[in-house]
Amino acid sequence: MPTDIAPLPTQRKEETIYEHLLARGVSRREFLSFCAWMGACIGLESSGVAQMVQALETKKRIPVIWLHFQECTCCSESFIRSSHPIVADILLDKISLDYTETLMAASGHQAEKSLQDTIAKYKGEYLLCIEGSVPLAEDGVYCCIGGKTAKSIAEEVAAHAKAVIAWGNCACSGCVQAAKPNPTDAKPIHKIIAGKPIINVQGCPPIAEVMAGVLVHLLTFDAIPQLDNLGRPKAFYSRRVHDTCYRRPNYDAGLFVESFDDENARKGYCLYKVGCRGPSTYNSCGTIRWNGGVSFPIQSGHGCIGCSESNFWDNGPFYQRLPNLPGFPIEGTADQVGLVAAAAAVGGGAPHPGMTNFRQRHGIGEQAGENAEQAEKDHDEKHNGSSDHQS
Amino acid sequence: MNASHDYQRVYVWEQPVRWFHWINAVCVIALGATGYLIAHPPGLLNGGEAGDSYWFGTIRFVHFATAYVFMFNFLFRLYWASVGNKYTHWRNFFPISKPQLRQVAAVLKVDILQSSDKAVHTLGHNSVAYFTYMGTGLLTVFMVLSGFALYAPMSDSWFPQLFTWMVPLFGSEQNLRLFHYGALWLFIIFTLIHIYLVFYHDYVEGHGVLSSMVGGWKFMEKDAIKAEEASGISGFPRRKRRPAPAAAPGAKPDPVP
Repeated sequence: MPTDIAPLPTQRKEETIYEHLLARGVSRREFLSFCAWMGACIGLESSGVAQMVQALETKKRIPVIWLHFQECTCCSESFIRSSHPIVADILLDKISLDYTETLMAASGHQAEKSLQDTIAKYKGEYLLCIEGSVPLAEDGVYCCIGGKTAKSIAEEVAAHAKAVIAWGNCACSGCVQAAKPNPTDAKPIHKIIAGKPIINVQGCPPIAEVMAGVLVHLLTFDAIPQLDNLGRPKAFYSRRVHDTCYRRPNYDAGLFVESFDDENARKGYCLYKVGCRGPSTYNSCGTIRWNGGVSFPIQSGHGCIGCSESNFWDNGPFYQRLPNLPGFPIEGTADQVGLVAAAAAVGGGAPHPGMTNFRQRHGIGEQAGENAEQAEKDHDEKHNGSSDHQS
Repeated sequence: MNASHDYQRVYVWEQPVRWFHWINAVCVIALGATGYLIAHPPGLLNGGEAGDSYWFGTIRFVHFATAYVFMFNFLFRLYWASVGNKYTHWRNFFPISKPQLRQVAAVLKVDILQSSDKAVHTLGHNSVAYFTYMGTGLLTVFMVLSGFALYAPMSDSWFPQLFTWMVPLFGSEQNLRLFHYGALWLFIIFTLIHIYLVFYHDYVEGHGVLSSMVGGWKFMEKDAIKAEEASGISGFPRRKRRPAPAAAPGAKPDPVP
């Protein structure tokens, strides 16, 4: 892997991705190893890797507009800190990043002009990447760039985009700003933009290799990758963290961490009882891991918080197996509510047998259809009859 | 003199219904117990290697396997609700007639408010019970739908995949899991009340309701049987035979022929 990358060549729009890489000092060997590695990440068979090599050799760089709305830029951070130099490179250079607030050199009116130019020049060709959610409250004033609201920018830019990639939980499901009570009425991108293919690359942030994998897939096949029912690429989001977790055998064996400072935590047992969301979270953390495969939260001893799932902030507390019951007081768990209800049923019912004997003393054991008076009369008759008999 | 208790023996619960009841009972207990353990696994083992044990996996297996039995048993009961005798018929479970609602009021007066001691005599369930079982039926449907939806990601089989649409309906798997688990408490509360009331009715009414779920037979005074048939409740499949002039369901005592 090249440790130092040659300085940026002057922009030559017509060069292919491979040519661009060569110009940057990447050898063919490195290029091929990158393709094989990326192919493995997105789950291609070996013939698919050849297809990828060919695509990157022959295709021109695709123009990209990368917008930032309500977000913390951790998606960009994740991407540029990818372990493989070509991964960061692919975003920053290979695709031609024509507009992105946080990284472009231009600013002010120049930046806005660059945005308009790109839209005009590459109508229907450019890829729109969005980080962050879009606030709708108060006509969207909670997020304005260059005097325009996030909503109007998103709609304007998306209108001529080839496809839209929603980076991270903010863009996919609103993340923390859409958590209750959602004061700015933050909405994910798929609620704002209609009529364009949208790829939800979930996570807070998404794994860098996953982001790169989605881009490479688009470059190679010119097609939207297979998506799950939440719009996430299946190649990365079809398995639960729980099913790919190296601690899984502890779960099946019933070996659980009871608290973060116990012996079991030291032994690396399963974090299920301290709130790990692995069993309901779909992501590649267990396989691709983070920071070049060094580790992931569970490996570091902390449960998964489910950051690639919708509303994960509202499914808290993070250190509790089941979320609190909506509509009940804070810290009202299903168990507390259930116990109170069961106790009420038992407690309320306790006097019932006694009451039954008292209130229904005439009805019990008597013939149906008789009323109380009759029953009493019968009773008296019976009594008299028997005394007669005795005498 | 003492009024004669002229009892008649009536075959109320057919064998398939009794099988359903007990299989269902075993399933609910097994699912409830394993489900609770899955939500709150006890720290049975606090040492050793993962490879030495599989108890939690076994608990989960029992839960999933029982779920299939639970579901098919319930489906069978749905089928039987259209071919079984009149006491098991599906129409009993829907509040579609005034006599049913009147009976609900009467039963509540006797059983809950205890302001009346004129027990409501029915051969099948009384209407309160039928509607309650409608509720447990819906609860069963919810448990099956949500359970298989939660099970789908762990299974390669096509069947559980049919239920994945439940997840977006509840926002997230985590939320669905909460409701799936919360419903366990409804089963617990139902079971408590159900068992109590069976003993209560057996004692108060003396129709042998407790043993009827084993042998199928109930015992009721002939007058009461006549009155019940006149009321039309749990007699729906035999509509044709209902007397046309239909003595208003106030159930006047029949004039002696």
